Amino acid sequence: MHDVTHAKQRRRDLILAAVFVALAACVPLFVKDVYVQNIMVLTLMYAGLSQSWNILGGYCGQISLGHALYFGLGAYVTAILLTKFDVLPWFGMLTGGIISALIALALGYPTFRLGGHYFAIATIVIAEIAYLLFLNWDWAGAALGIDIMVREDSWAKFQFTRSKLPYFYFALFFAAVAWLVTWWLENSKWGYWWRAVKDNPDAAESLGVVVFKSKMGAGAISAFLTAIGGAFYAMFVSYIDPESVMSFQFSLLISLPAVLGGIGTLWGPVLGAVVLIPVTELTRSFIGGSGRGVDLIVYGSLIVIVSLTRPDGLLGLFSRKRKKEAVQ
Amino acid sequence: MTAETIIQSLASGLLMGLLYGLIAVGLSLIFGLMNIVNFAHGEFLMLAMYGAFFLFAFFAIDPLLSMPLVAAGMFVFGAAIYLLIVRFAMRAKTNVGMVQIFATFGLAIVLRGLAQYFFTPDYRSISHSWLGGKTISVGGIFLPVPQLVGAGLAIAAFGALYFFIKRTDFGRALEATREDAGAVALVGIDQNRVFALGWGLGSALVGLAGAIMATFFYIYPDVGASFALIAYVVVALGGFGSVFGAFAGGILVGLVEASTALVMPPSLKAVGIYAVYLLVVFIRPRGLFGSI
Repeated sequence: MHDVTHAKQRRRDLILAAVFVALAACVPLFVKDVYVQNIMVLTLMYAGLSQSWNILGGYCGQISLGHALYFGLGAYVTAILLTKFDVLPWFGMLTGGIISALIALALGYPTFRLGGHYFAIATIVIAEIAYLLFLNWDWAGAALGIDIMVREDSWAKFQFTRSKLPYFYFALFFAAVAWLVTWWLENSKWGYWWRAVKDNPDAAESLGVVVFKSKMGAGAISAFLTAIGGAFYAMFVSYIDPESVMSFQFSLLISLPAVLGGIGTLWGPVLGAVVLIPVTELTRSFIGGSGRGVDLIVYGSLIVIVSLTRPDGLLGLFSRKRKKEAVQ
Repeated sequence: MTAETIIQSLASGLLMGLLYGLIAVGLSLIFGLMNIVNFAHGEFLMLAMYGAFFLFAFFAIDPLLSMPLVAAGMFVFGAAIYLLIVRFAMRAKTNVGMVQIFATFGLAIVLRGLAQYFFTPDYRSISHSWLGGKTISVGGIFLPVPQLVGAGLAIAAFGALYFFIKRTDFGRALEATREDAGAVALVGIDQNRVFALGWGLGSALVGLAGAIMATFFYIYPDVGASFALIAYVVVALGGFGSVFGAFAGGILVGLVEASTALVMPPSLKAVGIYAVYLLVVFIRPRGLFGSI
């Protein structure tokens, strides 16, 4: 009985996702405003990034505050390969993803043994070391960063001078893939172990070795997808420096949509990004330069309020309603 | 590199390290008491620095004199944060780890935003304070006076804290709550009160550090971030919860930072500190002097 509803729920999620993607794909036909399109691209990108973060931070409960490392690696590998070796960004993207996944595996081995806050601080510290190294690495542009010259409209080079639409469709594709990977993982053997050990240290103990391996896998997948997002961002803004792709601020921005929407849930990161990104972008542009910091106050308060009153995230509001309906 | 430069930088490393210890001890105290990491600790330091700055700018009170005021203000602020936010974060039943990290993280972001909004992102500094800009020479080694006084203050504060924990009723209640919160409730100690006072005390200590640092460091909304990371390293080295550990960890971090700056470009000096953190937690996850 339970299995049947579970399968039904999963199928419903999949259909819902397909509908959302189809609807989102149509939006640019009606919304021509470049500023709004820009916000939509960022929203989709953060939805995908946070979904990737959520695989490790939410489902495995390993709160990483250093995902800027993988994001920055994806951006840097793509930009360096393109500007110095003329390698097409698609290969750069893949290379960046693989390098990030390998680094995540190497780092996961010692860090996954650490307890909660020791782990979180270790991730901050590791990303910060990488940030400082890139800031002082002359060959990679140091503090000046790397400028990607945009010369022509080309899908092969993933550069577009006039229209934002190709970026929009890639960001949509990225968010959809990250969602699909999560959807698939949820029902895998790994997903089952993660649920079993979550908030249950005894189960974690008895499943020790297998869970450790599954966390390594989650770390690698999460890093790979995050790096893809970073590579996309580099091509989208066509200029990167350590501050804009590897600073701590990014680690935070990647985790926040999931935390707000519902950590360790399929739809949380999507909902969180749809709420958070437009709100921050709009406060920033409405209040303007004079009110620097208002966007921080707004989303900082959101985080405090949500974590105190809705530890399950904003998504909790929906599922509660759903449960009530079920009872009636 | 002469022996003199080495001694010179190790001496300033030692002074800075004692201050790091003072910045970190509040964090360690709060953690030991209730197993929570305050991710807004750096912003507490930032507020204390602004407190000293504005008392100087508006009322011309030198940071040396305003120090008790800043510490008292931070005591009230810390206790209020416990009562308004942390108390509720501790009641979480689901996603406990996430709630504890992000409740104080969100607070850090709000405080930083408020500072940017009200104080502007400009860099401020206190000019012409009693201590600022002065150096003295001891046997050919130059020591900046603000850091020297800060180091002396840190030693005094650690001494007072030690005495306070061992000899006063509140200190004993603090220790007892740390050992076994459940049993403490049975003998009629109000756990909530102890926690609030613990947050107050921890924040007052970072207030002391902030007031002295305002005399020789730029003051801006993000100033807390890098010091917070150093404070986490200090606390992890010394072992979360250990007061003596924060003292020793601070000195160690100061010395590591100074030695890194000798062999690497100054902009990379923090790498040495971070590397030490990773080394310690990978080899000995409890920290050097930690019991938990």
